[in-house]
Amino acid sequence: MTVLASGRVWQRNFLVYKRLWHRSIAFGFLQPVLFLTAMGIGVGALMSNQDLAAFGGVPYIDWLGPGLLSAMSMQTATFESTYPIMNKIMWGRNYEAMLSTPLTTRNLIVGELFWVAFRIGTLASVFLVVLALFGIVRSPLALLAVPVAVLVGTAFSACLVAFTATQRNDVGFSAIFRFVINPLFLFSGTFFPLSNLPDEARWVAWLTPLFHGVELIRGLVLDSLDWAAAPIHLGYLLAMLVTGALIADRTLRRRMAG
Amino acid sequence: MTDQTSLVHARGLTKRYANGFTAVDAVDFDVRSGKAFGFLGPNGAGKTSTMRMIACSSPVTEGELTVIGMDPRTQGRQIKARLGVVPQNDNLDTELTVRENLEMYARYFDIPRAVANKRTDELLEFVQLAERARDQVEPLSGGMKRRLTIARALINEPDLVILDEPTTGLDPQARHLLWERLYQLKRRGATLIITTHYMDEAEQLCDHLVVMDKAKIVAEGSPRQLIDQHATKEVLELRFTDAVRDSLDGRLDGLADRIETLPDRLLLYTADGEGALEQVHQRDIPVESALVRRSSLEDVFLRLTGRSLVE
Repeated sequence: MTVLASGRVWQRNFLVYKRLWHRSIAFGFLQPVLFLTAMGIGVGALMSNQDLAAFGGVPYIDWLGPGLLSAMSMQTATFESTYPIMNKIMWGRNYEAMLSTPLTTRNLIVGELFWVAFRIGTLASVFLVVLALFGIVRSPLALLAVPVAVLVGTAFSACLVAFTATQRNDVGFSAIFRFVINPLFLFSGTFFPLSNLPDEARWVAWLTPLFHGVELIRGLVLDSLDWAAAPIHLGYLLAMLVTGALIADRTLRRRMAG
Repeated sequence: MTDQTSLVHARGLTKRYANGFTAVDAVDFDVRSGKAFGFLGPNGAGKTSTMRMIACSSPVTEGELTVIGMDPRTQGRQIKARLGVVPQNDNLDTELTVRENLEMYARYFDIPRAVANKRTDELLEFVQLAERARDQVEPLSGGMKRRLTIARALINEPDLVILDEPTTGLDPQARHLLWERLYQLKRRGATLIITTHYMDEAEQLCDHLVVMDKAKIVAEGSPRQLIDQHATKEVLELRFTDAVRDSLDGRLDGLADRIETLPDRLLLYTADGEGALEQVHQRDIPVESALVRRSSLEDVFLRLTGRSLVE
């Protein structure tokens, strides 16, 4: 029942998206191409073979690519879960209208998570194609990077929706972008190995969510997965998703009953 | 005991918000099937809070409430499946077209696609928006948006339609068109609950009214009954120059059952307005302007609360 009703929420978003899907896919293709060209080929060319040892012996662009896929999942989830959700709560009041039907706040949360899963699923697939075109993919296991990217995205989305439901205006969003999303983007092992950081900072990185996504996706794409650590990475992200979703249901229900 | 034909039954219904503010204070009322029931009162009287409790979108703090024989505390989803809600502010989906707004809303109620399509066609005809079906919502006029919101509220063929200030902010022409549609709806046997702070709207649409003020119900009855009980048959409205007004000093005594003093005029409540005006002239009181009219719900409200409806 929950799944079917939540599917309606997904369906509404899809109806809007249907008109723009080709644009979204085109951006989804262009962005990794630009990033990999600039960072990978441009910056990577400055590194000598000796430096590459720090990247597990692969060219910098190969090491960077899967990390970017993980970071892209976080960023897409962030954009989908802040302004559009705020709009549905406050400005466009979509949720008020939807909650006048048999839909519940749980349906809204689960439906929005379905939606983020779909968005990131398609974008991650496109991203994977780009990685393959750049010759970065080293294993068929790379296909599993798509569901992992979806997990990263939905885990972030759940927590951000929980936050958004408590906000009365969009001031809090810029704080989240500046002090949470950007630091995670820079210090989660996407651009440089954490071994370059002092020990304490590395320990902090283990506590942050994006790091676990980067490790999993990079391991799957480059066929270098640390199978012993993988369950910890997965467990962390799953726990974040479930906890975030439960809190989001609470904060949204309170907000809408206000 | 709940009356068999009572669609909404409230006893001691109370809404208190987290900040301690009591928006609805122990009100009792019954909404009968097939009737148009009105909540009349100024802004902040508790009308919307009452509506939100009936619509299961705001939890009941205290008291008894049944809606279509069910308990909003535990059967919110089942109740909502049978309600149509027209909120005070439009909340149409501005990213969808007119037609998509209705079709998508039907999906939220799990109405099969074929049925939804058919009802969408009928409802667009009913609210006279068939020609705008493929348009975006944003460029529609205020009246059109309201009509679309009403069509949307009817998509699940509700047993009860709740309209919160349906014509606030609309121009007179759009209001009359909307009233006409609501009247048609009533003729089809729908049960309506309407909140309004317009007495003409209440008189036009409602079979039964409760007057709310400061979280309480201060009077109840049909529009006619309320006027008969709380006002005289006619009202004489008098305006004076400031100088005359300041020197009236009891000179109008005995001309009316009751005299209400407003900032810009005096209201004399009497069975015979012309007769009273005649006596004013006989007493040589210089009147700037005079108007005799029938009593309205506005007078009832003024009598009951000492204030105007629209301030």
